[in-house]
Amino acid sequence: MVEQVPLNHALIITTLMFFIGVYGFLTRKNLITMLISVEIMLNAVNLNFVFFDNYLFPGKLEGHFFSIFIIAIAAAEAAVAIAIFISLYRNIRSIDVEEANTMKH
Amino acid sequence: MSLQQLLLMRHEWILIASVLILLGFELNFSEEKKSNSIVVAAILFAIVTLVGFLPAATGSIFGGMYITDPLRILMKNILNLGVLIVFLQSGSWLRTKINYNRVTEFYLLILTSVIGLNFMISSGHFLMFYLGLELLTIPIAAAASYDQFKSKSAEAGIKLILSAAFSSAILLFGLSILYGASGSMYFQEVKFSVDLLQVLGFVFFFSGIAFKISIVPFHLWTADVYEGSPTNVTSYLSVVSKGAAIFVLILLLVTLFEPLRQVWQQVIYGTAIFTMTIGNLFAIRQQNLKRFLAFSSIAQAGFILLGVIGGSALGMASVIYFVLVYVFSNLAAFGVVIAIEENAGKVNMDDYNGLYKTNPRLSLVMMLALFSLAGIPPLAGFFGKFFLFTAAAEGGYYVLLFIAVMNTIISLYYYLLVVKAMFINKNDLPVGYFQSDYFTRVALSACVVGILVVGFYSPVFEYIQKLCFNYFNL
Repeated sequence: MVEQVPLNHALIITTLMFFIGVYGFLTRKNLITMLISVEIMLNAVNLNFVFFDNYLFPGKLEGHFFSIFIIAIAAAEAAVAIAIFISLYRNIRSIDVEEANTMKH
Repeated sequence: MSLQQLLLMRHEWILIASVLILLGFELNFSEEKKSNSIVVAAILFAIVTLVGFLPAATGSIFGGMYITDPLRILMKNILNLGVLIVFLQSGSWLRTKINYNRVTEFYLLILTSVIGLNFMISSGHFLMFYLGLELLTIPIAAAASYDQFKSKSAEAGIKLILSAAFSSAILLFGLSILYGASGSMYFQEVKFSVDLLQVLGFVFFFSGIAFKISIVPFHLWTADVYEGSPTNVTSYLSVVSKGAAIFVLILLLVTLFEPLRQVWQQVIYGTAIFTMTIGNLFAIRQQNLKRFLAFSSIAQAGFILLGVIGGSALGMASVIYFVLVYVFSNLAAFGVVIAIEENAGKVNMDDYNGLYKTNPRLSLVMMLALFSLAGIPPLAGFFGKFFLFTAAAEGGYYVLLFIAVMNTIISLYYYLLVVKAMFINKNDLPVGYFQSDYFTRVALSACVVGILVVGFYSPVFEYIQKLCFNYFNL
């Protein structure tokens, strides 16, 4: 029997993942990479829910349901986002955020 | 589950039915007749709005996941009125040649989003809340990039969907922390208390919602998205989607997050000051009217926070009343912008010079709308702001109130700039005279009636206040 990983360690991992996603979203220039960063953030949240369920409230399953819904909605969001990326690509021949700057104050 | 229980979800059922009916029409109309769905959608939504006003029962279904009570129904009805006006205003835009074969898509996207906001307002569980929020946002991102040949529109869509995805990820991180701290996601079961973990979770959660209401510092997407999207989508975004987020915020704050009152009052105190001031200061330098209205709507959100901060029944009533007034005034302003953009293709403030000479009635509507937004006495906007300020004074926030009053003065300056352009500035080549279509005229008249009547007819506010006090005494 392997010793269980403490909850603290699990939470440190998910928090790190979340903020890696935030960092990526704020620094990357390519739209696809930005979308991937958001997915990393969402996966950190999924892990968070599953860890809380397993460690603190075993048998409640609410967190598990929530993470399945998050995965489904993230897929829907990615579908719409990529459709819009294609629409932008048709217009300006690029998916770099630096190029999408026709509107500035 | 009995029929009686299912009927509690009347608002959602009838919206889902109208989406299906519209899809059926879309399949059966031939290519040239697609624009018929403008009329069909307007009639369907008028029915939805009317049915919404019928008396309804109170209760909760799906084990408390879905809650309905008179206050929530009132909120849905107010937003339904807004959507109906948006639908009426978008007819002339959808009849243009470029949109002839995809008219229905616009209505389907907006209707789907309205279903989402209804579920969000009625949610009794964080999962329902999250699903409603996403269903509210994702279709709107698609609608924002509706003008497929304009790069601005695609850009607006991208900015909207990425910031929505980012903000919902932040919100979910907050939710996961709150779940870990409390062990449940049912609003009735959750009991929060002030400890560090829950405060952290609440701050994340609040940031997620603040993105939707475009509270400073989460407002950066607003101006770009509002400018780039088709103006009809902009008016939906600025009125209906923002109003829904505000309603949900205040419902959650006074019930679920009541134990954290000390925390959220401080958070809102800070953000309200920044939202009002930055929204107003940036609005002054805008030339494009869509950007102008975007910053003005940020500033209005700051004023709304004045009513939220007290967390009292009076504050809640003033927020709901203000949103009702805001629906009419902002949609009147957007209606005029849409009409002029459709007929003359112009959205800049200089183009409005001398508008009164050629289009006196449109100029009058715009003037009433801007006066109402600024809060000039005989109009509804004044009473809206007055009640918000009363609610803040009741809570003893006098410094905040002083800053708000200063901001009202600044806002008066830039609203009057547009009025001055229309009535006083000379222009050799003003926008020519035109007659807008029947639907637009009906929508604008409804807005004007709303601006005038909601202010004077006191039973409106009394009714809202009664519902809010009942809600608090439950």
